Amino acid sequence: MQGTTKNDLIVRIGGEGGEGVISVGDFITQACAHAGLDVYTFKTFPAEIKGGYAMYQVRASTEHLYNQGDIFDVLCAFNGEAYNMNRAFLRPGTAVVYDSPGDFDPEIPPGVHAYPIPMTHTAKEMMNPRAKNMVAMGALSILFNIPVESLREVISAKFTRKGEDVVKGNLAAFERGRELATALQKTDPWTIGSPKSKQDVIVMSGNNAIGLGALIAGLDFFSAYPITPATEVAIYVAKHLPKRGGTLIQAEDEIASISQVVGASYAGKKAMTSTSGPGLALMSEMLGMAFMAELPCVVVDVQRGGPSTGLPTKHEQSDLFLAIHGAHGDAGRIVLSVENVQDCIDLTVLAFNLAEKYQCPVILLSDGSLAFSTQNVPYPDPDSYTLVERARWDGEGEYHRYRLTENGISPMTDPGTPGGMHIATGLEHNEAGLPSYTSANHEAMQAKRFRKLKGVVNDVAPAEVDAVHGAGIADIGIIAWGSTIGVVREALQRLRAEGYSVKGFYPKLLNPLPAQQFEAFGASCKRLLLPEVNFQGQLAHFVRAETSLRPESYTICGGMPFTPEMIVNKVKEILA
Amino acid sequence: MNAPLQPHTHFHKVELKPKDYKDEATPSFWCAGCGHYGVLTGLLRALSEIGVDPNFLVSVSGIGCSSRLPYFVNSYKMHTLHGRAGPVATGVHLARPDLAVVVSGGDGDGFSIGGGHMPHLARKNINVTYILMDNHVYGLTKGQCSPTSREEMKAAVTPYGGMEEPLDPILYMLTYGATYVAQAFAGNAKLGAQLIKEGMEHKGFAFINLLSQCPSFNELDTAVAFRNACDQVDPAHDVSDLAAAMQVVNAAKKACRIPTGLLYRTERPTLDQRMAELVKRVGGYKDYDLRKIIDLARP
Repeated sequence: MQGTTKNDLIVRIGGEGGEGVISVGDFITQACAHAGLDVYTFKTFPAEIKGGYAMYQVRASTEHLYNQGDIFDVLCAFNGEAYNMNRAFLRPGTAVVYDSPGDFDPEIPPGVHAYPIPMTHTAKEMMNPRAKNMVAMGALSILFNIPVESLREVISAKFTRKGEDVVKGNLAAFERGRELATALQKTDPWTIGSPKSKQDVIVMSGNNAIGLGALIAGLDFFSAYPITPATEVAIYVAKHLPKRGGTLIQAEDEIASISQVVGASYAGKKAMTSTSGPGLALMSEMLGMAFMAELPCVVVDVQRGGPSTGLPTKHEQSDLFLAIHGAHGDAGRIVLSVENVQDCIDLTVLAFNLAEKYQCPVILLSDGSLAFSTQNVPYPDPDSYTLVERARWDGEGEYHRYRLTENGISPMTDPGTPGGMHIATGLEHNEAGLPSYTSANHEAMQAKRFRKLKGVVNDVAPAEVDAVHGAGIADIGIIAWGSTIGVVREALQRLRAEGYSVKGFYPKLLNPLPAQQFEAFGASCKRLLLPEVNFQGQLAHFVRAETSLRPESYTICGGMPFTPEMIVNKVKEILA
Repeated sequence: MNAPLQPHTHFHKVELKPKDYKDEATPSFWCAGCGHYGVLTGLLRALSEIGVDPNFLVSVSGIGCSSRLPYFVNSYKMHTLHGRAGPVATGVHLARPDLAVVVSGGDGDGFSIGGGHMPHLARKNINVTYILMDNHVYGLTKGQCSPTSREEMKAAVTPYGGMEEPLDPILYMLTYGATYVAQAFAGNAKLGAQLIKEGMEHKGFAFINLLSQCPSFNELDTAVAFRNACDQVDPAHDVSDLAAAMQVVNAAKKACRIPTGLLYRTERPTLDQRMAELVKRVGGYKDYDLRKIIDLARP
């Protein structure tokens, strides 16, 4: 068995939902991370529960990974549909491992390396038809040097709960798959390299990482309503929050969940909810009240394809307009967006800190591909995070909840505090909280609420500028947000390797927009490109509105994220 | 870290007179002759009789004439959005079960725009007291039919008369699983106070429908009409019998009468109780170690 080592390998596994596609993907991911490789996964699944095409793509590398990559190097097709769905992506050099004899007889295109493996047949022969995926995984491990010891460990660990027989049965199928593949002549060049060193890591999906970030931040109260692709945040929190004495409730709808969060916040607790676009739309009115009554709350929006019910399981970055402006009557809020799993932890903590400090809603934008993407991140030390609590009244003098202060922030009181009684109301109110409709008061109070937000930019790390040290004016600068950032990072590496003069700018704070940082970056580039996964070019719109910059919008909305190759090609096209 | 949540078991108490519970900071809001004054009187008396410490009392409301009630109550308070008082109060209560929480609002607020929340307050047995100030009309928007308006009511948006069957909040709450259901005429502040007091002391979701006249926009349901239509429920009525409670309401409806007093009461665990038990079951917060949770994500 020969082959040149490839330090960066993308394996795509496709099959019918329920055939164990997701399990194989998870096993490979866990094993690679366990062995010390970097992993970055990408999944799609049907919006329907039964059947349909499921796909799990694992990218593993000895180098740091920023995104899901371009197109796969290896396709493992469990059935004809999976093969046909991916037929168009095969190119000379791609390796295809497929079920044979199976329900299909592929015509392998020229230059594609074919490895027929009797997955279904072997599993049936072993009286263990459900272990078809283990046969496939055994074959993959031999063909592409996927860390075998780690695979054996994760298989054992995963099935231990189901009993020794299940562990043995699955391991046997796995080993049989290895034997079958050993008998084949390897003709492709793809193998995963050996990890440089073993790091102390955890492997998490974006959704779980948001839940973990909330626990680190000191979450007390979570209200949830099920919605794809955000539900896993609630599932994670539901499992662990009671351990710290916190409360999770499933509400009757998203209006109720944000209402409960606002109530819990008034009661003095750190509270959050998670949702997707349709839910965020329903929350708009209460988010306006939270801004008006100055109540901290964190809302996670795991964006999906829209408008309306749209593409519920697909990727899009299309809720930025809603996140920034989705409320009636001149309301503000803070909007953050996450690039990767690490951000899902760190920026969730930041979201709570900002909500507490500025006493307003903070919306954290994630997206459909990041929701389910599992990545390795260094083991997080919960004690290394700075946690912020809301300013509370010191008990001196007469208490006025909405006292006009220089920075706009007025101390709060928790119910139970003698002398601290006040009303939180959506009506315009005076410093004491009582209704007041005079023009002078409304102007003063609006100014107070928006004055607070001016401080936010100082509490968020400046947007990262991705530039080679000492680089002068770049021919093109790329502004990116959300998980598109990771794609741009890799595209810039490739472009630089080809001699292009390029820079990147990666804001995580999207409202209030750090305009000065944008301006400074704009001044260091001849032209600007802003790729984002929505039709209207939503961030580009805000950048044009709030800065003097005029970035060129590059938008796609096919339900899939960008690939580095797309960005590379676009830059070349512009600079040609 | 915060102490773990304890279910609501007792009130923080003080000794205060009803007038001490009246917040005088906001000027009177309701029209002369409005039934809501009676609701307020009943509430202040109930608070005094229990002796609730105002610092540990949260009054929550939605939007409407009746939803201004918290402004007149000496307590922590939230004046929230139309229809959302229930879930906001749920959040306050579950986050701090040591607080006493009273929700108030109108028939439109509770059973039209907020109608989707009512079943869940009841079935989850959220340990708050909900006072419906039911005047069978939208008052703050100057007289439109509400879900409890009589079919024959002529109003601003129904100039030729209504066309819809009114709903009965009491029947809904019995069906939804409320554990304390009572009704009174707001003008009978003595009965109102007694029912609110019992409702607040009840462990579980307490629903009290107070029929409250709107002298400005409802000519049909006047104070006199309400008073004359009310019949105190038969002392022999078994308040633990759900079917009997429904029968009392249905029989009264047929006779165009309004049954008042306690109609139904039962006990079952409240959601905050169940949640506190869950915390114990998963180890209690004392053993909480975030690193153990993070360890689960090691490959």
